[in-house]
Formats: sequence, structure tokens, C-alpha cells
Amino acid sequence: MTSIGFLVNPYAGIGGPTARKGSDDPALAAQARSDGMRLTAPLRAVRAMTALVQMYPSVDILTGPGGLGQDIAPAASILPINALSHSASDTSALVAGMQGKVSLILFCGGDGTARDVAAANVSGVPILGIPAGVKMHSGVFARSPERAGQAAAAFLKDPDQPVELVEILDIDEAERRSGRLSAQLFSVARSPVARGVRQNPKAGGGDLLAETDAALAEYVRRMEHGCLYILGPGTTMGALKDRLGGGTLLGVDLARDGAIVDRDLSEEQLLMALADGAKARIVLTVVGGQGFILGRGNQQISGRLINRVGIDRIDVICASDKLNALNPQELTVDTGDVALDARLAGYWQVTTGPGRRQVVRVVH
Amino acid sequence: MTAPIANRTKAQFTGFQAPRWAEPVVMEMGCPGRRGVVFDDAPAPDLPKGAIRKTAPALPELTEHDALRHYLHLSQMTLGMMGVSLFGTCTMKYNPRIGERAALEHLADLHPLQHPDTLQGVLELYDNFSDFLCEVSGMDQFVFQAGGGADAAYTHACVTRAYHASRGELEQRDQIITTIQTHPCSPATANTAGFEVITLSLEEGGYPSVEQLKSVIGPRTAALMVNNPDDMGIYNPDIKEWVRLVHEAGGLCFYDHANFNGVMTRLRARELGFDACMYMLHKTFGAPKGGGGPAVGAYGCAEHLVPFLPSPLVVKDGDRYTLDDDRPQSIGRVREFWGNAPQVLKAYAWARAMGAEGLRTAADISVLANNYMDKRLSEVKGVSRSNPDVTAPRMEMTRHSVEQVTKDTGCTIVDISNRMTDFGIDALWLSHEPWLVAEPFTPEAGELWSREDIDYWIDVMEHVIHEAYETPEVVKTAPHNAPIHQIKGADMADPAQWATTWRAYTRKHAKRLAAE
Amino acid sequence: MTKAHPWMANSVPSIQQEMLSALGLNSVDSLFSQIPEDHLYAKPFNLPPQLASEVALSRHLDDLMRKNVTCKDSLSFLGAGAWPHYVPAICDEVANRYEWQTSVFGSPTSDHGRNQAWFEFCSQIGTLVEMDFVGLPVYSWGCAIGHSVRMASRMTGRRKVLVTEVMDPERLSVLRNYCEPREMARHIEIVEVAIGADGCIDQNDLKSKLDDSVAALYFETPSYHGVIEGAPGTLCDLARTAGAEVIVGVDPLSLGLLEAPGAYGATIAVGPTQPMGVHMNAGGGVGGFIASPDEERYASEYNTLNISIGETIKEGEYGFGLTLFHQSSYGSREEGKDWTGNSVYLWALANAAYMAAMGPEGFAEIGRLIMARSRHAAKAIDGLAGCSVDLSRPFFKEFVVTFEGEKVADVNDALRKRGIFGGKDISGEPGADGQCMLVCVTEAHTEGDIARLVSALKEVLA
Ligand SMILES: Cc1ncc(COP(=O)(O)O)c(C=O)c1O
Repeated sequence: MTSIGFLVNPYAGIGGPTARKGSDDPALAAQARSDGMRLTAPLRAVRAMTALVQMYPSVDILTGPGGLGQDIAPAASILPINALSHSASDTSALVAGMQGKVSLILFCGGDGTARDVAAANVSGVPILGIPAGVKMHSGVFARSPERAGQAAAAFLKDPDQPVELVEILDIDEAERRSGRLSAQLFSVARSPVARGVRQNPKAGGGDLLAETDAALAEYVRRMEHGCLYILGPGTTMGALKDRLGGGTLLGVDLARDGAIVDRDLSEEQLLMALADGAKARIVLTVVGGQGFILGRGNQQISGRLINRVGIDRIDVICASDKLNALNPQELTVDTGDVALDARLAGYWQVTTGPGRRQVVRVVH
Repeated sequence: MTAPIANRTKAQFTGFQAPRWAEPVVMEMGCPGRRGVVFDDAPAPDLPKGAIRKTAPALPELTEHDALRHYLHLSQMTLGMMGVSLFGTCTMKYNPRIGERAALEHLADLHPLQHPDTLQGVLELYDNFSDFLCEVSGMDQFVFQAGGGADAAYTHACVTRAYHASRGELEQRDQIITTIQTHPCSPATANTAGFEVITLSLEEGGYPSVEQLKSVIGPRTAALMVNNPDDMGIYNPDIKEWVRLVHEAGGLCFYDHANFNGVMTRLRARELGFDACMYMLHKTFGAPKGGGGPAVGAYGCAEHLVPFLPSPLVVKDGDRYTLDDDRPQSIGRVREFWGNAPQVLKAYAWARAMGAEGLRTAADISVLANNYMDKRLSEVKGVSRSNPDVTAPRMEMTRHSVEQVTKDTGCTIVDISNRMTDFGIDALWLSHEPWLVAEPFTPEAGELWSREDIDYWIDVMEHVIHEAYETPEVVKTAPHNAPIHQIKGADMADPAQWATTWRAYTRKHAKRLAAE
Repeated sequence: MTKAHPWMANSVPSIQQEMLSALGLNSVDSLFSQIPEDHLYAKPFNLPPQLASEVALSRHLDDLMRKNVTCKDSLSFLGAGAWPHYVPAICDEVANRYEWQTSVFGSPTSDHGRNQAWFEFCSQIGTLVEMDFVGLPVYSWGCAIGHSVRMASRMTGRRKVLVTEVMDPERLSVLRNYCEPREMARHIEIVEVAIGADGCIDQNDLKSKLDDSVAALYFETPSYHGVIEGAPGTLCDLARTAGAEVIVGVDPLSLGLLEAPGAYGATIAVGPTQPMGVHMNAGGGVGGFIASPDEERYASEYNTLNISIGETIKEGEYGFGLTLFHQSSYGSREEGKDWTGNSVYLWALANAAYMAAMGPEGFAEIGRLIMARSRHAAKAIDGLAGCSVDLSRPFFKEFVVTFEGEKVADVNDALRKRGIFGGKDISGEPGADGQCMLVCVTEAHTEGDIARLVSALKEVLA
């Protein structure tokens, strides 16, 4: 099976120009249709498709009718879906229809679309995003439409290509309307690893997965007896939690003396756990593609909690490729407490491997 | 074929075809019983039973002529410097043949354990060249034991250990600081030597700020290991202040001076405050690279580190030279004996032929040539320069990007590099890891290549980028004139298929071989 | 500069002018504007005068280098890490090819020939040691030991290596640097195993030191003193039973006669490459190889560059490219990886030509000849009054001569006056009882050479 599922959220990105923080509101789509607004997502989808077809002319595509894909890939087979709703349910219906029929789903949209795709993708088909949204915090997005097309072609040509787990994030719309930014880690999906066959003999990079793993092993070995460890969400933290007996991928867990002692705690529960004055450390990784270490997907680790633990007792572990992909090379904090954010800003040492750290500027 | 006189450049565009011998792997060649070398007969020795070989090694059986011809064919299928190679970070130089001849004639049959009385020539050479490099760098002593640039960085990591151990501070000082744009050999050797490595990230100017450095130095700092300029052509103007701060914290400062070509005779490592530095003789000083060594990382240091240098040290005793191996604080050996003497001789010959004025000219020409290239490349469609905000002229090389070409045409820098070899230009140097710049390439003209060569190189790149827009398939499936076609690569990365030896290959691919 | 320099095409002033004009400049100085004023070095350089003329330079090099006395001017019996083997003329021709000498990595297509030759180096080492995975060579044998000990430590998570009490001090010193000082968290402890009266490893001492803290046993056959280990398979079994890796150092020229380490249970083989077609070069000819089974747990620990054969996009065509380019530590072993860089890859090409020309019979023949010549020399020396050789030990190429009264340093001084470089003075080293000399005899020595040494020794000892 080397066919590809292709779908476009034609309305992705329309919230951007109107200074909205996303385009998830169905009313926005209706308005866009009635205003005859120029949609940008289809244009970006065309760019990705061009790159894909260039590298893999005989590619076998399965897509949805009209603006959901057919308009861009006219030669594709069409999955008939009932009534076009011009909403998230189109995405869900298409993804559901693709299950078992394709080896990769290439979608065009933003975080909201990614979230819908991931939710309907019950059999865990690898997914890859063409960036076209307002918010693109999730790790599924390629850096450009062309790269998305190329990575998809490479993956289809060689089904043994490795996949990695990436995080699907989105900003909670309800929270946003009440003025609070609070990205949530919704789920984790499989996505092709964009790895070029590089014949680059002078470089000194390492096997980054193994590096991170070894860094985690070292971290565990050095964990202080009696200290409470507040472990944030994300795949890197998930791997750390696995070493401590297993925890949650998306939640904040607590460990002590080499083992997870509690899982998926809220801010209140975390504060309670520290009530007896126990010594604690916070361990984080960089979540999503935007370089956030606090305030996206880990709001449980609040300003109050950080003040309680101590701002010099936070450790960050992150693979060097994720850090070096940041442009500019900065990490961001957004705890909601402006004064605290200012105190957190500065140069942090991020652990990237065993005995290896990289200094990165943290801004707010 | 002789190119038409009117337009040589154009003729070169279409005239190149790499030699293409259908040369089998040597293990498949020959026939049982043939001999390439014979020796006098001798009786079978009496060997302990457990030590006797049961099956003869499955080596090929060839005549001397077959063996020679096979390897000459392979050498012909190596483009390297036969065309134009502006392989950045390697400073492609002419490797004068006089050095080769002298080394083979005078050094081939020397043994490193000969009595020093019989080594006076080579020891004087070491001493003279150490003096030469000391004058160029401001250091007090150079050694040549390290078998490459990275090995010299490793030497520094070992010297750092010995220095801090001698002060009882090794346990405390367990961190070495470097930057993301420092060559990977510094962090890698520091790590191998047992240090924790702290890497600084780039900031606005293209280098880490003093503030960032300050945030990591302290009682755990053992050393700073950096190169400057970096391979994007950016010079860190705060480097003196860095060195001062690291010294203040009690650390040593090591200057990977492999990117020396553009600053020769303009600055000296010691005057910038560094305690030690390294030159690559197979790069800056004209010794050949050999496709990857034998090489020399010449390691020099100031007086306070001399006691820790590897042994033996060449010392002058009146007008006699000896090898001093009795140095209690020395780190001992990083490699057996005292270095790749032939390379030292070749580098010395190069340096003498240049002299101070030659070094200055070479530095000027390399920086001029690089800026000339920058100018011409800035006019090539789709090519952009790293750190666009840094408007000052770059040093002897610049990192460029074809990201725009890739966006427009899908042709990557690797495709473009492959296609350029069809015109006699060996693979481009792209970038060290990590790739902070997308679709990078890093040409370095140095002082060897003529302006015509440089123009030709850029013409070819321009031509290939034009092809990328017009006929991208031609670029993506390149090379077309090389000894072989593009490798697939995936099988080489697959443990079930890769094979670094013929034994492994025949075992893993037995079925296929049988079918053939 | 008034005259253009032969090695600098753009040293022609008018060309520089043209390039400057293209940039709209009058002088190069402004191109250095990134460098702050106070970084610049303004003083004149006190360097010897330029020798741009090749004839002058050539004369200078000759004058300087003629102060040496080479092993061709003199008769030499020095070995111990750099050996006087015959270098077939084709090896020099191959290694001196301009394409190979001057180039650097390139790509698998443009530099196809060199990549293939590298693969053939690895393939031929592989068949000599009977192992399937071979990396490109490292700086030296000592460095190969160092890297492979670190490999073993990462693989086993253990921090102790057993070596023999008698080991070449050059290689041991290199290994010590690779094992890190005691103060460091990842220090690897080096523990010595006793050598018995027969010159082989004392198995009881080995057993007493092997436990689950040992990452690797390292031994050599032939040993530093030339002794052929009688039961290498037993040593390997003992170490492997304790969960340790077994690293065996071998002289490749012995492998036409001596069993391949891969056949008796070694898990990593290392050794020198200089004997195979590379001149001694005052020690600058050394190089080392590392080989192991082709299993991921070994392959993934190599610090070397590794070349694999593979397919090209044209049906039926093969090429050679890098594999396992990213090497690193794995899983729970908190080790960083070592490093790689320019090494001795040019010598690998000479080695490849050497092995190809030698073939299986060449290796057997040279092995027999070396053994016969060295045995003959040892016997003759043992027959002299004032010195002895333990002839009960089977040895290859090198053997220890023990002197009763004379100091080796004095003997060597006296020999040198007679145009002979005696063997390495190993007096005072572990395993050397009294005044001892390590003598090396190879296929390059004639019977006449040996007779000359013996009669000179006789004179000196009289
Ligand atoms: C700046 C720099 N440092 C160090 C090295 C490593 O040198 P080697 O390959 O000789 O180990 C290089 C390689 O070219 C380099 O460019």
C-alpha cells in the first residue's frame, strides 16, 4: 500500500489576517465564503503537491471532493463524503474514510486541523502537515509546503523509512476567548522522520534519539534522593517517565526516589504535594515546534508552583536538533505571571545529551 | 580534446566526462595461483597447535600488473583536485611535489627509535618549524604528535586535564565550553576526554554574546575551545574579552586555528590571550590531505602549558637535538612516536617557500577571492548569504544557501552539488552539523585557485541553478558524467543490507549473487 | 611582492586589481573590517627568508635532511611499533597518485574510485582477521586499542580493562590517555595480567581478575616481545564467559600462518597497518585498524567512518558510500562517543594495493620467511657469549636478547659505530629482566645482514 491520503482544510489560515488567533470558529468559514475571501491554504497545498508529484510522478492519491482536495489533485481517487459541512467534521469524515487505505495522510491546515486529523486517525496512520494555519505549534508540520511534499514522496518511496512520535498541540479556544493563552497537548501522532541521506563526512552530529535516551539515563542516575520531581508533558518527558516506571505522555507527573508516585496532576494537586515543604525540581522539555518551555501544554506548572519550587530548580532536556531548528535560537516562557516571566528570562542550559548541554536564551 | 580557443569556458561546460572503468571489487578479480609478490621459500615453522591458521585468507590472486592497474583505474575515478575544488573548511591548496619528493627520499627509511644522533636532520626540522609556528602564533612551543586537527583538539583536552590535575582542581573543573559554530571536534574530544560540554548558541551578530558566556563560566570551567572566524566567515569581535573572562574564572583557552588562512600574519593567538592553539598542516600549510590523512594537528602552547605537552619533546642542547621523554608532568602519548614527520617536512617546505610576505599575500588573496565570490554569488538567482544582517565583508569563506532554489524547483543543494560534478567540480562542502542554514554550501577559494577557476566554478553553479528551473529532472538525477550514478543510500543505512566488507556483502546478498 | 608566486595564481597584481575593482575597492584592508583594531598584530615577523625558487628550496631540504642517517645508510634491527618491511614499488605508486594525495572527502559518485579502494581495504582486512565489519583506519594501533576499549566499555557498561603486564609502552601510554584519569567520572581502570615464564598470559592470574566488572580483555599475539600466544582461544573463552569483550591485537603479516582472531573467538580485532606497504617514515607511517562481527551492537559503537557497498539508481551498478555516519552512545550507557577526523586514509590505499598483490600465498610465504629469518638470527645471537635468547618461546619477527654484563645502551653505541642500529633498548621495562634488547628481523633482512649483526655483536661483547 503506497497510496497517500490528501486533505485540505480550505479555511485554514483565514483567522490570521483578521488578527484572530485561529480559524476554528465555523462562523469564520461562513463569512469567508460569503465575502469571497481569497483562501491561502489551497495555494500552499498546491505548492506541496507540486513538490510531491515532481519527486513521485506516479503517486496514488486518495482525497476528498472539491476544495477538500479534488480541486488541487484532479487525478486523485475521491472519497465520497456526505454533505459538505465546511467544518471540522469534513476532516474527520475524510480521515475516517482513509483508514486502512493509505500509508500516509498529508493534510493542509493548522493546529486545529492537526487535532481533528489525529482524533479521527484511529489506526495511527503516519501523518504529515502542510503548514497553512494561524497556529502551528504541533510537531507534525513540515517547515515549508515544499518540504512537506518532498518528505511525503520520500516516505512513500521507501515504506521502511522511520517514523517518530510528535506532539499535537492546540490552543484552547474557550480559554482564549476569556483572554488566557493556554495551549494543550492533545495527543501524539506518528510522523515520518525527515532525514536526508547525507554524505557529510566531516560533521560530528550524533544519533539524536540515542543521545537523548542516554541523557535521560544520566539524568535518572543523578536524581537526588528524597527530592520530588515534577515531570512535564511531551515525548521526551514520556521517555523519562518510562525509565521511572511509566507515566503519562500529556500530563504532569510526580516522581520520587526513582519511581513515578502520582500521575496527571493539576496545579492544585501539585501544590498540595509540596505542602509539606518537600524539596522539588521541575523537569521540562521543549514542547511543539515553537520553542515554548512553559505556558504551552503544561499550564499546570504555574507561576505559583514555580515560585514555590524555585526558579533555579528547573531542568530542561531536549534533543539538539529541536533546539537548532529554532529560528531565532530562543526559548519562550509564558506563565501568565509577567513578573515571573521576566525573572525566568536569560540564558538557560538545556541538556542535549549525556554530558552535553547547550545554552539557549529564554525570552518572554 | 582541445577546446576551441574562442570560448574555453563554454567548451568546459560540455567537454567533461569522468573516466568510467567498469572495475570489479578486487575480491572478485584474479584466478587461483596467480601471484603479485613472491618471496624466497622458507620451511613451515613449528607453531603451537592452537595458533595455526586453518583457512587461508580469501584474498584475490593477481599479477603485479593487475593489482597496479586496478588501483590506477580507481585513482582515475577520483575527481578531487583534478577539476576545481573549492571545498570549504578544508582550504584546498596546491600540495607542492617538491615536498613529496623530499619526504620519500629522506624520511621513508627513518625509524623513530633511532639514536637521536642519527636523527639530527629531522629533529632540527621539528625545532625550526616549531620556531616558525611560534613566531606566527606567539606561542612558546609546538608539537606534532597529533595525527590530525581533531587529535590536536584531543591533545588540548588531555593537556587541560593534566594542568588542572597538577593544581588539584581536576575534579572540580569538569566543564569545557564551546560554541555551536565551533568545529565538532572540540566538543567531541572534550567529551571523550571526560568533560561535560557546554555549547553556546548564536545570537544576533552571528556569534554568542559575552552575556551568554558569562552565564556559564565559573568554578567548574576547565577550558574554552573555539574557532574564530567560524565557517560562515564570521569573526567574533569579543574574543579577547571572552578569553579574559575565562581566565578570570580559572579556565584555559584553546584556539582551534584551523580557519587560519584568512588571518595569517594579521593576528596572533597568543596576543589575543589564548593559552594554546592548533594549526592543521594538511590544510593551511600545504601538506596534502590524502583523502583523509596522514595529517598533522600542530599543537602550540604558551610556556605555562609546556610541561604538560605530549612526549617526547624535541629539545635543543647546544647545537645538538635530542628527544626528551623524561617529563614527569607530560600527558605521555596521544599517538605512538612523534608524529607524521613527512607531513611536517612538506608543511615546512611550503612555509619556507612562502615566507612572511607569502603568508600575507595568501591571506589577502583568500579573503579577496572569497569576497569576489560573495559578490558574484549574490547575483546568482536563488542564492543567499547566511547572516544577512551582517553586512561586513566575510573572511576566507562564507556560508551560502540555495533554499530559494529548493523552494522553487525542489532541487536541493545535494542535487546541485551532484550536478556540478558533471562539469568537473568536486562535491561542494555543505555545512557542519547542525545545519543552522537551510540548503547550505560553503566554498573557499584560498590562494591557489585562479580567478578563471573561480569564475568557472560560479558559472557552473549558475548554469546548474538555471537547469534546476528549466529541467529539474536533469539536476535531480545527476551526476550523468561521473564514474557511477547516484547511490541509493537506503541499503547502506540498513543493518540487514549494509556491508563494510566483501565477506559481509556475500553473506547478506548470497541469494542475489547466486542468481547473477 | 614583485614576482608572482608559483603556487598562487592570483598573486599577479593586475588580477588582484581587477577583483578589487569588481568590489569597488582600492585595497584589501577594508575586507578585514570584522576584526577589531586592537586584535591586529602590527609587528614585523621574524621569519627565515622566503625560498620561492624550487631549486633553492630543494637544496635547503636536502642539506637539512642529509644530517639524518637512515636505515638504508645503516643496517637496522629496530621494530617495536614501526617495522622495516619491504614496501613493494606499486604501493608507493598507488599512494602517490595526485588524485588521491591531494583530495578530500568528495562524494560517492565524484570520488568513486577512492571510496571503492577504501572498501577494498576493509574487505581485505576482514578476510585476514575473519571478521565482517571493518572501519576505515584510525591514527595508529594504540589509538585503535583506545577506541576499542571505549567501545567495549560502552557496550558492557563496565569500566575496567585487563591488559598484559608486558605491553609496548608507546601503546600503553596512548591507551592511558583514552581511559581518562582517576579523577574523572568515566575513568576506565587499567589492570595488568601477569605474563608467565613462557611469555604467554598466566591463565590463573587472568581467571582471578576476570569478573563482572571487566569490560574487555586486551592481549596481543604475537606479543610486544614477539611471543606467539599458544592458546588464544582459551583466553577468549575465559573472558567471554565473564561477559567481557575480547580485543586481540595482531600483526597482519603473521596472519598467513597464525589463526585469524575471528576464528578463535575474539570479538574485536585491532592491529597496525604500517607493515602493509607503508614506509616507517620516522614513525609517521603508523596506522591502526578495528574489526568486529557485523552486529549492530558492535557496528553502532565505531568511532570510525565506515564505507558500505550499495546500489546506485542504475540497475546492476554498485557504489560505495558512508554508513552509520552518525555514531553515538546507545541506551542506558551514559557515554559520549569518541571522535573522528582526518586519519591515515591514504595509507589505507597503499595497504589495499599491498594485500591485493600479496594474495593468500604471499601472506603465507612472508610469514614463513620472517619466522625463518628471525629464528635464524635468534639462534645465532644465542650462540654468542655474553647474551642469550629464550629459544623455547615461539616468536614472530621480534625477540628479546638478554645481555649478561654489557648495557644495551653501550652495545647499541658500539654497533652504531659499525653502521648497525641494534634493537630497541627495553631494559627497565616490565618483563625485561636486566639488560634487554628487542630485536626485529623481517623479510627485508638477508642472511648476510644477520651475519653482519652477529659478528659485530661478537666483537662488541668480546
Ligand atoms: C575548524 C576545524 N577544526 C578542526 C578540524 C578537524 O581536523 P581533522 O579532520 O584533521 O581532524 C577541521 C576540519 O577540517 C576544521 O575545519
